[in-house]
Amino acid sequence: MSTDKPKVATASLAGCFGCHMSILDIDDRILQLIDLVDFDKSPVDDIKEFTGRCAVGLIEGGCCNEENVRVLQDFRKHCDVLISLGECAICGGIPAMRNNVPLKECFDEAYRNGPSVHNPSGEYPSDPEIPLLLNKVYPCHEVVKMDYHLQGCPPPADTIWAALTALLTDKPVELPYELIKYD
Amino acid sequence: MSDSLAALVASTCEEFGNDRTRMMDIVRAIQKEEGCVSSETLDLIAGQLGTYRVEVESVVSFYAFLSSRPKGEVVVRICDDIIDEMKGAENVAAAFAEELGVEMGGTTEDGKVTLERTPCIGMCDQAPAAIVNDVPITNLDESKARAIAKILQEGGAPAHLVTTFGHGNNANDLVRSMVTNNIRKRGPVVFSDFSSGSAIDKALAMTPAEVIRDVKTSRLRGRGGAGFPTGMKWDFTRHSTGDKRYVICNADEGEPGTFKDRTILTECPDLMFEGMTIAGYAVGSDAGIVYLRGEYAYLLPFLEDVLSKRREKGLLGTNIGGKEGFAFDIRIQMGAGAYICGEETALISSCEGQRGDPKNRPPFPAQKGYLASPTTVNNVETFCCVARILDQGPGWFAQMGSKGSAGTKLLSVSGDCTSPGVYEVPFGITLGDFLKLAGGENAAAVQVGGPSGQMVGPDDFGKTICYDDLATGGSVMVFGPHRNILEIAAKFMDFFVEESCGYCTPCRAGNVLLQGHLKRILDGRGEMEDLDYMQKTGETVKLTSRCGLGQTSPNPVLSTLKNFRPAYEVLIKEKKEEGFKAAFDIQEALGDSKGLIGRESTIYND
Amino acid sequence: MMSDRITFTIDGVEVQADPGQTILQAADAAGVYIPRLCAHKELNPFGACRICTVMVNGRPQAACTTPAANGMIIENETEELTDNRRSIVEMLFVEGNHYCMYCEKSGNCELQAMAYRLSIMVPRHPYQFPDKDIDGSHPDIMIDRNRCILCARCVRASRDLDDKNVFQFVGRGKEKKVWINSEAKLSDTDMDVTDKATDICPVGAIIKKRTGYEIPIGQRAYDHKPIGSDIEEAKATAESN
Repeated sequence: MSTDKPKVATASLAGCFGCHMSILDIDDRILQLIDLVDFDKSPVDDIKEFTGRCAVGLIEGGCCNEENVRVLQDFRKHCDVLISLGECAICGGIPAMRNNVPLKECFDEAYRNGPSVHNPSGEYPSDPEIPLLLNKVYPCHEVVKMDYHLQGCPPPADTIWAALTALLTDKPVELPYELIKYD
Repeated sequence: MSDSLAALVASTCEEFGNDRTRMMDIVRAIQKEEGCVSSETLDLIAGQLGTYRVEVESVVSFYAFLSSRPKGEVVVRICDDIIDEMKGAENVAAAFAEELGVEMGGTTEDGKVTLERTPCIGMCDQAPAAIVNDVPITNLDESKARAIAKILQEGGAPAHLVTTFGHGNNANDLVRSMVTNNIRKRGPVVFSDFSSGSAIDKALAMTPAEVIRDVKTSRLRGRGGAGFPTGMKWDFTRHSTGDKRYVICNADEGEPGTFKDRTILTECPDLMFEGMTIAGYAVGSDAGIVYLRGEYAYLLPFLEDVLSKRREKGLLGTNIGGKEGFAFDIRIQMGAGAYICGEETALISSCEGQRGDPKNRPPFPAQKGYLASPTTVNNVETFCCVARILDQGPGWFAQMGSKGSAGTKLLSVSGDCTSPGVYEVPFGITLGDFLKLAGGENAAAVQVGGPSGQMVGPDDFGKTICYDDLATGGSVMVFGPHRNILEIAAKFMDFFVEESCGYCTPCRAGNVLLQGHLKRILDGRGEMEDLDYMQKTGETVKLTSRCGLGQTSPNPVLSTLKNFRPAYEVLIKEKKEEGFKAAFDIQEALGDSKGLIGRESTIYND
Repeated sequence: MMSDRITFTIDGVEVQADPGQTILQAADAAGVYIPRLCAHKELNPFGACRICTVMVNGRPQAACTTPAANGMIIENETEELTDNRRSIVEMLFVEGNHYCMYCEKSGNCELQAMAYRLSIMVPRHPYQFPDKDIDGSHPDIMIDRNRCILCARCVRASRDLDDKNVFQFVGRGKEKKVWINSEAKLSDTDMDVTDKATDICPVGAIIKKRTGYEIPIGQRAYDHKPIGSDIEEAKATAESN
């Protein structure tokens, strides 16, 4: 199975998987992509751990908890080029709406006072399996160095395609006007 | 709605002719009676003046000394500048807070005392200092703070806190202040004997054009710091079209570390008023305004008295000096705690009863200034120079100082020196020689021109104080080798963030970002690229800001990056091995969660 | 008549102006686009956003407030100025909370469009995530201060075009915010949905209720053409005729 093709890894942190859907939206060009690269750690192929060094890592979502931070750190370690894919990775996105609300209020709403909450003990879940939340949602580039940012919610498939093919063929990432969209 | 409040608002507005442009006086007067300008009051004032509630609210919300929420009967404002901090203001503040039982910014439960911080109140030579209502209290320490807090809690009046008086007019019955002048060196221009009326007599013997010519010949440049030629400014004002012209004296001495105008206002107000009167004659104005910073309100009754005495002597009013048709009078406009109002167009906005927002230029004040009329705005010290120039002759003045900077300059020195105070020195003196005069030879750094000026090190002590080398409006702050340069710069950035009017993007938003990055570096979380970021962002703020405040506000960062770069570099650690950005701290980011959940991280448990 | 015309250059191109025109107005008429956000054709110049900063004979000036004068040599699209503009636009993004993905103004937003035009992929400045308030009290209009860029268009429009004075700024510095002529609610003012002030907001800070997303993606103002294209195209059309 092992080839000398460059590897691409992807992850969704505090995101909705919409950006991953957009990767799939490149449609039949995915066949061309497979010719160019192998996928490493990614929900696309369900590889859970890195198998080696990757040329490109695509990160969807910002960091809302310690698990996100750990994954992002791992990607930084294994990827030559790291890309923030979409609004949440770039600015925190919808999850960052909580950044104006103290964490305690978020917890109280989620575990005590929310309309559908049933929690007679009133305790916050503390199982070590549940990652601790960060004090706010961080854009990825405020946690580790990110090399590129592809805007959009999600970034259009054409944007992802244009950026990936440029990177994999050693060309500069230059997006035309219509491919830079924040929504 | 209370009838007595309505009556107060009506009578106060009436007193100022129901004139919307006298908003500053109206809200100040009402606040003095009511303690604040409440929501109800906003409606009443708007109704009385025929304006909008939000217009009044907009003004009240702009000035630090105005408030829409009730405060204590007495407000203690502790000076928050770097010099006061160096002299122990933190301990003084803590003593006040403890004794009064309030947090900073809070009011005692009985509603008697409010405790606040305020930027430089012009008392750096006798720091730490505070103003209690309008009364300056200087040379504070912890035990004095506790004693004062007790007196105030027991209902003592602020004026009773003053038991000894400073020299000269500080002891005048209308001042009765403990402030000391600390005039360390007298010079021929400002701090010399002067006989009221002598300069006016000489001016009135000439035509206005000849007066302007003399001021031009003297090569006098503005003493506020920017250094615009005074004669040229007057010429523009005189030749601009308008039915009325105005002369405004900028006594909003707010640049931290500057207190030279305080001594002029205390000891030689006649000289200043005389200069203004001459300006009135020269530019063709019959109305002058002194814009006096709120922090110097303690001098107001005294200055009003000097003005009325000048009226009695025929030096103000109509047919001044016996000159048929020459009329000129001066009113004092109080400020209310806003550094930006030292910027001349913001000052004009404030005089017009607006927010202290600077105006777009052009048109310049000389074309369209106060109430859209041609206006010359000059510094307190500039007017003093004018009077002396007319009295002694332009040649006498021009031969003093250096090539591009004629005359003498008042410098106010504070910080790590043995003789803080005010010095009148000829322009062209080297910084090093000046430091010797003030007993500051051991300085490791000197901030020349206040936060908006530059921070220089010993390599630059050979530079000269003048417009073309080390320019200053009068502030010289001396820092010994034990001081942390970047903490000082950070303090200055805090100041600009606090004092930005918020009108334009780069100053409003950019300074917050510079402040944040500087703090990041001080916390040991900076990276080398942060220095480039600060340089570039600072340059953007400098280049694109709308007024002088914004254009100079990044100077604490830019001048320390230039002159003290190693101070930054030692704080920047090697790259974190975990691959994190230096500014990101996982333990801090998890802090809230760990507390709420009650356990440590299972991933990051170092 | 011709002698009254003012002549100057922008990036080497000769531009003519009528006396009293600002640099920005003259540039617009000549088909030269100078990026701006607070300036608006129907409003008096204000000079707040500073994006239109150009170099006039080597000195920085806001093109929207500076009168055109004979012989001015103006630089507009230099690398330095463009980067300053980017930096300022990025400041506006981080000092507010601009979530384009759920903003009704997206696609028609001038701040977003300016960022597109300047190819901003990520702000160089750290996000501030400030706490701002929303006023939904009015039956037809909503104020979302998360998106406000303090351009004063609503302040000027309400005062000068609607003759109402619904808006004014309160506070200063980073605490400065656009406020209303009532104690707390927009519904207590005489603001009307037909006011000019309702439509003039460049961002999604003042929006009409029940009108969100009426224009499909692909047909919105800036989906295909950069902001300023109308001005630049007017020139192109004039030249081809």
